[in-house]
Amino acid sequence: MLGDFLVRAALAGLGVAIAAAPLGCFVVWRRMAYFGDATSHAAILGVALALAIDLPIFGGVLVIALLMALLLSLLTGRGVGSDALLGVLAHAALAFGLVAVSFLPNVRVDLLSYLVGDILAVSKGDLLIIWGGALAVLGLVAWRWSALLSSTLSPDMARASDVDPKREQLVLTLALAITVAVAIKVVGALLIAALLIIPAAAARPLARAPETMAVIAALIGAASALGGLLVSFALDTPTGPTIVSLAAVIFASTQTMRALQR
Amino acid sequence: MSALLRTSDLSLAYQGRTVLRGVNFTLNPGEIVTIVGPNGSGKSSLLRALIGALTPVRGKITRKRGLKIGYVPQSLVIDPTLPLTVGRFLNLPRRIGAAQVAEALQEAGVPDLADHQMTALSGGQFQRVLLARALLSAPELLILDEATQGLDQPGAAGFYRQIEAVRRQKGCAVLMVSHDLHVVMAASDRVLCLNGHICCEGTPEIVASAPEYRALFGTGTQGALALYRHEHSHSHGPDCDHSHEAAE
Repeated sequence: MLGDFLVRAALAGLGVAIAAAPLGCFVVWRRMAYFGDATSHAAILGVALALAIDLPIFGGVLVIALLMALLLSLLTGRGVGSDALLGVLAHAALAFGLVAVSFLPNVRVDLLSYLVGDILAVSKGDLLIIWGGALAVLGLVAWRWSALLSSTLSPDMARASDVDPKREQLVLTLALAITVAVAIKVVGALLIAALLIIPAAAARPLARAPETMAVIAALIGAASALGGLLVSFALDTPTGPTIVSLAAVIFASTQTMRALQR
Repeated sequence: MSALLRTSDLSLAYQGRTVLRGVNFTLNPGEIVTIVGPNGSGKSSLLRALIGALTPVRGKITRKRGLKIGYVPQSLVIDPTLPLTVGRFLNLPRRIGAAQVAEALQEAGVPDLADHQMTALSGGQFQRVLLARALLSAPELLILDEATQGLDQPGAAGFYRQIEAVRRQKGCAVLMVSHDLHVVMAASDRVLCLNGHICCEGTPEIVASAPEYRALFGTGTQGALALYRHEHSHSHGPDCDHSHEAAE
């Protein structure tokens, strides 16, 4: 069954969507949307690094995404004008990545697949990495859930209850880097942040508790991944962008639903 | 009795700038101490250092072994994208169960709020929920950082009455920073006036008449204080039939 590329693509999409959704809730609650953008855009730099020194793409992206996320945590934690700073870093990372890739011979053709993903080319080995990473992210977020939630509400109050907000920030940073690394094949560097933010935002009107919001976000992410795959197959559209478009449509409908209920 | 916490020669910096130097301060069980001082005088930094959120650049803080602190922050901004009921909020970071949640809300004067969304509360309700959260750990010391910011005057007065009630019931020490000088100072056993260092300290009367305090706040506040003391300087017996609310 895993021989079928559509089945592999569906499993890959599901894995990424399910891992990204609960993490995405924290990205939304902590207003880290730009942070997610900057980290995922840095993935292209990771691709360039991996191709240049003959590393697996996953490894290169993981290292660069982690470095970028750590750098961002360090800079934004010190009261630097973080909105502009994140904007600068997000686009600079993408630009430098694209420039770096252009120096490498024979990869110009592949560039688009790193920018918007190539889910139909997922191999059994990729699938193993994606699900391994996805389960690691899910496990990490589930394990630290209460502490993460506390330090999201107030770092000082968390500190007074013996939760170290800096450590929780590191946990999020690590989970974000892993997500970026496993998602680049599925939706590409440009749209990874969308997979984090959109399902979470779409789930908000349907939830009254943080846990339900995470579960609903995962369901919406999964539905977008599977639905997007089918639609892109039927209409012959690029799969990654189709998945994100579908998630955006779901977001629009849950928001409309809430507006109508009022 | 031994002190709950003690600082010796404590100096603090915030974003590379020294905001407080040479603070020697002792807090005893059961007392209410208020910290006053102009903006940027190091009040909040001192509180943050006492809860362990700010590392001193010099000097040290000695806490009683196993000291339980309940902390009520200055403000708490909950992003509207985070759905959170009061009950769930009080169960963070550790699960404590519905019975204890109900008890803490009762003590903080806001029973029946457990199922409300945090973002739908009024300012006064919100601060009381924060107080309830601080009370959950059965603290020996309650630390409040300008907890009435954003409340109107009756709201703030009501909140301080709640604090006094809690202190009576629980016997915990209270350390707070406040801008509501006359209300707070009257309710305090001791006042600490900060401006980069400890300017003066002592009972509210002593501090209010100290030249350092007058230099910072003018003499106007002393009148307000005297007025307030006039209403509150007597103590109530157990069979008392009126409360301080009537006086306000």
